[in-house]
Amino acid sequence: MHYAFHFNVVWEHWRDLAEGAWLTIRLSALAMSFGLAVATVCAYAKAAGPAPVRWTVAAYVEAIRNTPFLVQIFIVYFSLPTLGISIDANEAALAAMVVNFGAYGTEILRAGIESIPHGQVEAARALGLSRLQTFVHVMLFPAVKTVYPALSSQFILLMLASSVVSTISAVELTAVTNSLQSTTFRPFEFYFVSTGIYLAMSLGFQAVFGAMYWVAFMRGPRGHRA
Amino acid sequence: MNRTFGMSELLFIVGALRWTLLLSLVAFLGGGAVGFVIAILRTSHSRILRWLAAGFIQLFQGTPVLLQLFLAYYGLAVLFQVQVDAWPAVAVAFTLYSGAFLGEIWRGSIQAIPRTQWEASACLSLGYFQQLRHVILPQAMRISIPPTVGFLVQLVKGTSVAAIIGFVELTRAGQLMVNVTFQPMVVYPVVAMLYFAVCWPLSLLSRTLEKRIDADIGVKRHF
Repeated sequence: MHYAFHFNVVWEHWRDLAEGAWLTIRLSALAMSFGLAVATVCAYAKAAGPAPVRWTVAAYVEAIRNTPFLVQIFIVYFSLPTLGISIDANEAALAAMVVNFGAYGTEILRAGIESIPHGQVEAARALGLSRLQTFVHVMLFPAVKTVYPALSSQFILLMLASSVVSTISAVELTAVTNSLQSTTFRPFEFYFVSTGIYLAMSLGFQAVFGAMYWVAFMRGPRGHRA
Repeated sequence: MNRTFGMSELLFIVGALRWTLLLSLVAFLGGGAVGFVIAILRTSHSRILRWLAAGFIQLFQGTPVLLQLFLAYYGLAVLFQVQVDAWPAVAVAFTLYSGAFLGEIWRGSIQAIPRTQWEASACLSLGYFQQLRHVILPQAMRISIPPTVGFLVQLVKGTSVAAIIGFVELTRAGQLMVNVTFQPMVVYPVVAMLYFAVCWPLSLLSRTLEKRIDADIGVKRHF
């Protein structure tokens, strides 16, 4: 091997890489916030909605979970404009990520909701709580606690998958890396460093989510608020 | 003159499905071998080996598969001083990627076997490898089947990323057909449906197997 590594070229561009990493974090966090909202509505519809609504939600979840994210992005960014719905690359990336996270989130929340003993739901209804109140207070909060680890690892999967949106020239860490390596002719060094940045972000978010779990669920009189 | 999406375009895309399936198969077989070693190391008595295996898993589960692909592609070029074909790069990258995931799944299956099984077989004076071979792995293998089938879905979908470095499989074939027909509204949904046709049966199979195994070992579930 006679290859001379030139990592100094990468360090000269650390600002661009940091900016790209920040964009990845922002895009993923935004997609998760909207995606969680979609997932909550869908999980409610699946738990309490009429049959046609339940089937529609089930079809949405199965369609998203059994097709690649890359193809979903292509459909949002390239196919929808032919129907007259035109959006820019960053919006398309965000939309595809929300739709994707929404489906996985629905399935995760459903598992959490179904882990709640039916007696508790009946007790809440007997106490005169409405369907929605029962859903929010008796089903959703304990369910989120149960599936919290699955939700947080789904967020990390989403963040890693967001690298794929660079193909539609949405700007995030991978897209920044692509353009830097193509102007400096140092692909290996640049991809090596941004892979390291992704790893650091994954580890960082694992730590953050662990701390958030402790703050949200482990404090209080009986060790949990749920 | 544009070509319109017709029978020959459809056949081109359906034909490219075989490269998706072949790549998935290569990654599954290679990843199975890697994952087996990782799972054994991850549950071994040596702390160093456990840490090494955990590091390997963290490395591949904590970074995007697209970046792994780029690194394999340009890394092989650095090693051999020539720009290699896409095949070796995608094969290496997806083998390591699925090795990490399968290793983690199989580690869970091995650890799901009660400690008493290890102790009982130790009492029968079986050595470590005999315990694994005759007592632990046969039981762990059964538990591991549903999540392994579930991972296959993730792998088949994951291979779509190979399209980005120009490896012609289902997604790339779709891109090529969009370039000549300018009909993304037709082509990409067709591509998506083909993935669905492969992945959905696997998802259903995984779920059915999971229910059956739960029923066998008497796990009561609410869903």
